Amino acid sequence: MKKIEAIIRSSRFDEVKEALSEKGINFFTFMEVKGYGHQEGETHTYRGAVYDVGYIARMKLEIMVSDSFVQLAIDAILASAKTGEVGDGKISVISLDEIIQIRTGLRNESAINTK
Amino acid sequence: MNEEALLKANEALEAANQAMFTANNTWMLVATVLVFIMHLGFATLEAGFVQRKNVVNILFKNVMIISIGLLTYYIMGFNLMYPGGDGGGWFGFAGFGLTNPEGAAGLIEYADAGYSYWTDFIFQGMFAATCCTIVSGAVAERIKLVPFLVFCTLFVSLSYPITGMWKWGGGWLQEAGFYDFAGSTIVHSVGGWGALAGIILLGARKGKYTDKGIKPIPGHSMPLAAMGVFLLWFGWFGFNGGSVLSADAGLVSLVFVTTALAAAAGAIGSFVVSLGMFKTFDLSMALNGILGGLVGITAGADQMGPGAAILVGFIAGCIIPLSVVFFDKMKLDDPVGATSVHLVCGIWGTLAVGLFGELAGMTQIIAQLKGIVAVGVFTFLFAFIVFFVLKLTVGIRVPEEEEVAGLDIAEHGSPAYVGVNQAAFSVAK
Repeated sequence: MKKIEAIIRSSRFDEVKEALSEKGINFFTFMEVKGYGHQEGETHTYRGAVYDVGYIARMKLEIMVSDSFVQLAIDAILASAKTGEVGDGKISVISLDEIIQIRTGLRNESAINTK
Repeated sequence: MNEEALLKANEALEAANQAMFTANNTWMLVATVLVFIMHLGFATLEAGFVQRKNVVNILFKNVMIISIGLLTYYIMGFNLMYPGGDGGGWFGFAGFGLTNPEGAAGLIEYADAGYSYWTDFIFQGMFAATCCTIVSGAVAERIKLVPFLVFCTLFVSLSYPITGMWKWGGGWLQEAGFYDFAGSTIVHSVGGWGALAGIILLGARKGKYTDKGIKPIPGHSMPLAAMGVFLLWFGWFGFNGGSVLSADAGLVSLVFVTTALAAAAGAIGSFVVSLGMFKTFDLSMALNGILGGLVGITAGADQMGPGAAILVGFIAGCIIPLSVVFFDKMKLDDPVGATSVHLVCGIWGTLAVGLFGELAGMTQIIAQLKGIVAVGVFTFLFAFIVFFVLKLTVGIRVPEEEEVAGLDIAEHGSPAYVGVNQAAFSVAK
């Protein structure tokens, strides 16, 4: 099993969620994160002073999938999260040793319950 | 001996009249401040009902609206609304700017010892901008700032005073027997019609109406919204109380009672109906219900007893959830419910004058309908044409990326809430 971590633009979140859902991936954890990188931070203005906020806002998704779904998920995210501008984000794939569902005690593939 | 006594009596009478004038005028100025507080209420309420990324924008609009309203009322609004003369007309203009009549004519004789010329201006001036702030809530989160301000300037300096003159300025509606004590039609549904024209031409916020149903965009701060409504209720005591146009103890105190009871009944009406419809205790509906009740009593607060006031307010409150759902079904997006509170309940409140209280009767109902329809047609057409021309020329809606990013950043470059754990700032190169 793998965990896919995707850092995407907040504005593409709905599209990525739809695209994953179409591939049968209907659950993941997500969080609002701040990032720092090549893209310039947002510029704000306050009482005459223009300043760089120093970070960019992003959404991070953590998706647990069985190996057969990894490429499907990556393709879905690439298609829906891409805008072509600097700052579209990154996807990483991490190997998982074990997954256990708390309610049922099921392990690994059964715990993820994807088709 | 007799002459001396007569002189002393006259002096005493003069003194008493001056004292009464001062008392009346003082109350009217207090009422002016209370109506001003309604702008505070609107700003707070609208801030609470929008998303946090649009708060600076809505506050900016509210600040500009009161400023534009007062200034244009000085320049031309007051003299369009109260042109004087013989009365009964459709349009009149007493000239640009203000001139205080000399001596007693601007003071004790100006309004039967009710208030001075300046008090008249500032009291009515506080009302004027209300029509625009009603629109600002309905078009929030997607309207372009500058075209909106252009609309407001035209709306408050022309449309509002012209229709206002028809009734309060002694125009043809006054002669037709139309009655609108404090402005259910003249102020509230005028704002409501402007709001309706705006949201029709503007379109809904992105993502609100999908093929899977309505995706609500909840307000970001219920505390601000609730405080805003309470501030509006607070200010309404001046809005209605001051419309007595004197400190008449009997009338002002009656109006205080009818106003408060209608607001309370509005809350209950909205609570009961929304509980039945949605099976939840919806705070935002209860808040809108209070306002609906207040708008509902505004046309006849001095013509009804407490019982009638409660009924009028209760019905207004019941209308609110039905109206909100109706506008959503029509895909007319109104983030604060302004169309339901001010337009629909404004019409209801105006009609209620013909159904309850001292003026009830078929003749009055007809007169009320005349006013509702005439003001409605003029105001809606005016607002629609202005918004339409703006839409064709400069556009009235922000681009989609700006709507998603939030107007605070897109139009102001400045968020309302600055995060705590931010990276170090650097001065932009």
